[in-house]
Amino acid sequence: MNEISLVPQHLSPGQRAWQRFKCNRAGMLAAWYLAILLLVVVAWPVILKISPAHFAQIHNPDELSNPQFMPPNAQCWFGTDLHGRDMFSRVLYGAQISLLIGVVGTLVSLLIGVLWGAIAGYTGGRTDEIMMRIVDALYSLPNIIFVSVLITTATGILKRTHLVQQSPELGGMIRVVIIFVGLGAISWLTMARIVRGQVLSLRTRAFVEASRALGARPHWILAQHIIPNIFGVVITYLALTMPAIILYESFLSYLGMGVQPPMASWGTLIANGVGEINPVRIYWWLILCPGVVLVTTLLALNFLGDALRDAWDVKSRP
Amino acid sequence: MYFLRRLLFAIPLVLFTSALTFFLLHVTPGGPFDRERAPSSPEIEHNLKAKYHLDEPLWKQYLRFLDDLAHGDFGPSLKYRNHSVNDIIAQALPVSLTLGSLAFCFAMGVGLPLGFIAAARRGKWQDLTCNFLAMLVVCVPGFVVGPLLILVFAVKLKWLPIGLWASPVYAVLPMIALGLLYAGQVARLFREGMINAMQSQFITAARSKGLGETELLVKHALRIAILPVVSYSGPMLADLLTGSFVVENIFQIPGIGPFFVNSVLNADYSMMVALALLYAFLLIGMNLLVDFSYTLLDPRVKYE
Repeated sequence: MNEISLVPQHLSPGQRAWQRFKCNRAGMLAAWYLAILLLVVVAWPVILKISPAHFAQIHNPDELSNPQFMPPNAQCWFGTDLHGRDMFSRVLYGAQISLLIGVVGTLVSLLIGVLWGAIAGYTGGRTDEIMMRIVDALYSLPNIIFVSVLITTATGILKRTHLVQQSPELGGMIRVVIIFVGLGAISWLTMARIVRGQVLSLRTRAFVEASRALGARPHWILAQHIIPNIFGVVITYLALTMPAIILYESFLSYLGMGVQPPMASWGTLIANGVGEINPVRIYWWLILCPGVVLVTTLLALNFLGDALRDAWDVKSRP
Repeated sequence: MYFLRRLLFAIPLVLFTSALTFFLLHVTPGGPFDRERAPSSPEIEHNLKAKYHLDEPLWKQYLRFLDDLAHGDFGPSLKYRNHSVNDIIAQALPVSLTLGSLAFCFAMGVGLPLGFIAAARRGKWQDLTCNFLAMLVVCVPGFVVGPLLILVFAVKLKWLPIGLWASPVYAVLPMIALGLLYAGQVARLFREGMINAMQSQFITAARSKGLGETELLVKHALRIAILPVVSYSGPMLADLLTGSFVVENIFQIPGIGPFFVNSVLNADYSMMVALALLYAFLLIGMNLLVDFSYTLLDPRVKYE
C-alpha cells in the first residue's frame, strides 16, 4: 500500500543510509563523477603506454615541444603550456598528487581527530577539559603558521640527511608525505570536537553502561561500541574534510611551499598559469582548465558530503 | 558578568597562543640571518644576533618579548631591519581592514538575498539554482577566481584596473575575489537557518493566527534565521580583516596578508608572533561580539 511496508524492517543503519543515499540525485551524480575522474586519472598513464608512439609523444606530460601556448584544439584538448607540454596530461598528472594528498591527509586527520575526540569524550573530567582547551588554542592559531612551520622544519631536517642529497626524486616523495601529514595535522580539530560530542552522548547510553557493568575495559568499549556508532558522523565529515585538504594543498603549492617541480599538482598548475598573465596575450586555458577540474572535484566532494549527511542524519529518521 | 569572565579567560588564551607561536618558531631550523642576506663573517653574525638578543636563552627572550608586549611594542622586524613591527602593521593593516570590510559587505549583500530566495522558494528551481551557485562559489578558491576576474574584466574588457591600490575602483575586483567564497557560505547558512526557523513552533503559532507568508518570513523567521550567519561572521571577520595572501598578492595590494606567509619563510620571529597575536585577538574578540549579539537577537539565549 505505501512504500514503508515494502521496506524490510531489519535493515542495519548502514543499509538504511545507503537506501536513502541512492535516492539523492546530486549525491549519486557526484559519486559517479568522482569515480570516473579517478578511473581516468589511473588509466591515463596506461593508455599512454599502450597507444601509438605519436599519440603518446603529444600527450606525455614531461615532453617538451615547440608549439608553446597553443589554445585548446583537437590534438591537445586543454592546450599547451610555456614549455609546450600537453595541459590535459599535466592536469591528470597533477590530479594524482592532489587526490593522493587529499585522501591520505584526510586519513591522517581522521586518525588524530577520532582518537583525540574519543579519548577526551570518554575519559571526561579534567583530561577532557585539558584536551579540549588545547583544541581551542590550536583553533585560534592561524593555520598557515602551523603548516609552514611544520613544513620548513621537516624540510630543514631533510636537507641535511644524506639520503635526500643523493636522490632528489626521493626528496620529492618525502615532501609529499610531509605535506599530507601536515595538512592532516591541522584538519583534525573539528573532527575531534564532533567525535567528542557524540561520544559524550553515547557513553551514558544503556548498552555502554551494560558493557561496563560486565567488566569491559575502556579500550574495548571504545573499539566495540563507541567507534562503530559514530561511523556515520565521521564518514560524513570525512567527505567534507577532503575538499578542504585538497584546497589547502593547492593553496600551499600555489605559494610554492607545496609540491616542487618537476612534480605537479593542481595548485602548481594554476600558479604557473597565473604567472603567465600579461596585458598582451591571454592564456586563459592555463588557469581555466586546471581550475575547472579542481573546482568540479571540490564541488562533487561537497555534494557527496551533503548527501551522506542527509543519508545518515539521525534527526530526519522517522 | 558572563562576558567579563569570558574576557578574562581570553587573556590566558591569547598569551598561550603567543607562547606557542614563539616557541614553535624558535625551534624551527634556520634563523633570520641565514637566508639570502647571510652575513659575511661569523663576527658580523654574532653581533647581529647580539643586537636582536637572539643569543640569549629562549626563556629570557620570551620574557623580553612579554615585557615589550606590555609596553605595546613588538620590537624591530628581523627582515626589514629599519622598520619596527608596529610601523609595518600600522602601514599595512588599514589597507587589509578596508578591503576586508568591503569583502564582508559584499559577502552579506550577495549571500543573504541568495539564501533568502532559496529558502522562500524551497524545493523549486530558484532554490536549486541558488543552492548550486552557493556551493559552486564555496568551491572556487581565490587563486582561481582572482586571475579569471583579472583576465576578463581587466585584460580583455579593460573596465577595471589589473591591480594596485589607489582609488575605490581598484577595490572592486579584489573585493569580489575575497568575498565570493564567504558569500556562498553565508547563503548556505542563511538558507538552512530560514528553513529551521520556519519549522519551529512559534512560526506555526504565528501562522495559525493568520499572519501572511511574507510577513512571517520577514518579521518573525528572519531574526532567528540570521543566527547561524551571525555566529559564522565571527571567524569570517577575523579571516577577512587580517588580509589574504592570495588576493593581496595577485592584485598587488600592500596589505598585511602576505606578511603571514613571508614572515615564517624569513624566520622573522617578532613579525610572526605579532601577527599571530593580532589574529588570535581578532578571532576571540569577534567571537565574543558574536555571542553578545546573540543575546540581543534571540531572547531565548541567556548566559549565566
